[in-house]
Amino acid sequence: MTVAAARCPDFMLQATGLALLLALTTASLFVGVGALSMRTLFSDPEALRLVVVSRLPRTCAALLAGSALAIAGLVMQTLARNRFVEPSTAGTAQSAALGILAVTLLWPEAPLGWKALGAAATALAGTAVFLALVHRLPPTQPFLVPLFGLVYGGVVGAAATFAAWRLDLLQYLEIWTTGEFSGVLRGRYELLWVAGALVALAWWTADRLTILSMGRDVSIGLGLNYAAVLRLGLVIVSAITALTVVVVGTIPFVGLVAPNLISRLAGENLRGTLPWVAGTGAALVLACDIAGRLIRFPYEIPVGTVLGVVGAVLFLGLLFSRRGDG
Amino acid sequence: MIAGLDRPERRLALMAVVVVLVCAAFMTIGLRGDLALALELRAVRLAAMVAVGVAVAVSTVVFQTVCANRIVTPSIMGLDALFIFCQTALVFSLSGLGFAGIDPRLHFLGNFVAMTGLALALFLPMLSRRFDLTLLLLTGVVLGVLFRSLSALLARLIDPNDFAVLQGAVFASFNAVEPELLLPAGLITLAGVAIAWRSRHVLDVIALGADTAVGLGVAWRAAAAGLLVLVAALVSASTALVGPMAFLGLLVVSLAERIVGTGRHAMLLPAAALVAVIVLVGGQTLLRHVLGGEGTLGIVVEFVGGLVFLAMLFARGRR
Repeated sequence: MTVAAARCPDFMLQATGLALLLALTTASLFVGVGALSMRTLFSDPEALRLVVVSRLPRTCAALLAGSALAIAGLVMQTLARNRFVEPSTAGTAQSAALGILAVTLLWPEAPLGWKALGAAATALAGTAVFLALVHRLPPTQPFLVPLFGLVYGGVVGAAATFAAWRLDLLQYLEIWTTGEFSGVLRGRYELLWVAGALVALAWWTADRLTILSMGRDVSIGLGLNYAAVLRLGLVIVSAITALTVVVVGTIPFVGLVAPNLISRLAGENLRGTLPWVAGTGAALVLACDIAGRLIRFPYEIPVGTVLGVVGAVLFLGLLFSRRGDG
Repeated sequence: MIAGLDRPERRLALMAVVVVLVCAAFMTIGLRGDLALALELRAVRLAAMVAVGVAVAVSTVVFQTVCANRIVTPSIMGLDALFIFCQTALVFSLSGLGFAGIDPRLHFLGNFVAMTGLALALFLPMLSRRFDLTLLLLTGVVLGVLFRSLSALLARLIDPNDFAVLQGAVFASFNAVEPELLLPAGLITLAGVAIAWRSRHVLDVIALGADTAVGLGVAWRAAAAGLLVLVAALVSASTALVGPMAFLGLLVVSLAERIVGTGRHAMLLPAAALVAVIVLVGGQTLLRHVLGGEGTLGIVVEFVGGLVFLAMLFARGRR
């Protein structure tokens, strides 16, 4: 097998993946309560307005959030040196919600950007604590880390719920913990482009992150500034998570499913697989959002709820098919 | 240690005294207004808490014994989430109108049957195949997430009107105990406790692990299936009364084991039940009168119990 073939999924797979993503994007533009078809799009100014104000922003938001979350999951797995962690199952998303709660309390009229900053700060702290604990666990038990993460997330979530209950903010907390795109309009999702920029940053540091995943001693031996790269990875994960939680709410399991799927198909080289992980995440979130719009038409089911079911099933599948491989 | 408290029986007696004190405090502190009405309301809630505490404690001890370790609990393995899923699915398939018309006791029975069937189908193969412990726990936690997400999804599919009916049924708490359910749940708990107490010696043997138990002449598979049904019944009773209580079982059983210092079920079962009642009733009294946060007991238990679980995992992993 050549190096190139080991890096990327083969050509047919790439073409199918791209076609699927394009088809989903087109479908997302045309699925919704307001009727819209190819023909009316160019003759009816109202239809064009619908696309520009609502459908296009919504589709962009789903694509951006999906790809960014998938990358956040990938980076987090590299940092924790474990396949089965991702921001929403290891306390990062819950810490972010805690941060938004704190900002809302101290400065109720804070613009979205400041809330995102506050959320990123607490997400960073929460994830750093998680990683510090996890690095002390023995690497021989691969299932211990995700278990630890899920319960750690539950504990942080309980703290957030308690705080929200005392401050009478439970309904707000509900908004941040259930990912939903139905409120996305032009002018209300643009912060997600920052998350897109962070994906580019992750791509730029991909090689260093790959070395980091070999562990502290090996990476220092290879001349890597271990602490600096670890910090950078932490910032990427927390910022992406905080941005998505602030703008659309928590979307679970994307960061877990997408990297695992791609690593089965294409191996571990981060730079080679990174665009494919991002694409898979985007397609997954977009598909679940479209499904959420269709299941109980004309009502909508939040994408976070759909992905909670789909992602949990896929997670179980990943756990047990891995055992099957030996 | 205080002299004379080195025997487990004495410690049990001491805990029983604490239970009586705590219950008295719960009933009497801050009483005002119409005494008879206030006492009746409090008595209903006290009875619910005692039933839930005992059911959670006994179901956790039995489940942990079947799994042959003290970390796995029914709620960590997603059993209470499974109960709520069955409840939601029942509302979904019957549609809201039928649900509201059904006798709550009949509905409870239907839930219980559905849940027992699913629990046996899911957990018996998992337990008898003897996975690695962390994989078993992880699977359980993810199954819990799956059942919760499925319930949320089904809840969204039900008409908004029906959703109100369901919320009343599912989001039970210590402040919204349904008096009609108290009797059936209490009876199930009583029967479950009686069965667990009768089989305390068998439980001692099963705790040694499946292989040893078979070697000592216990039909492990049949016994485990029977005990799982018992656990499912107790979890149904407590979840129907007050909703999921994540980590309460873990918390009280590990406390009880430290207090009596033995794994013998004749000691452990009553000790765990007593600790559970102390934690619930004492915690509720404390939250209401000292911290002013009534209604958050479930969240506090989840927070503290979660920390205990993390510490146990950490200690196990580092060993």
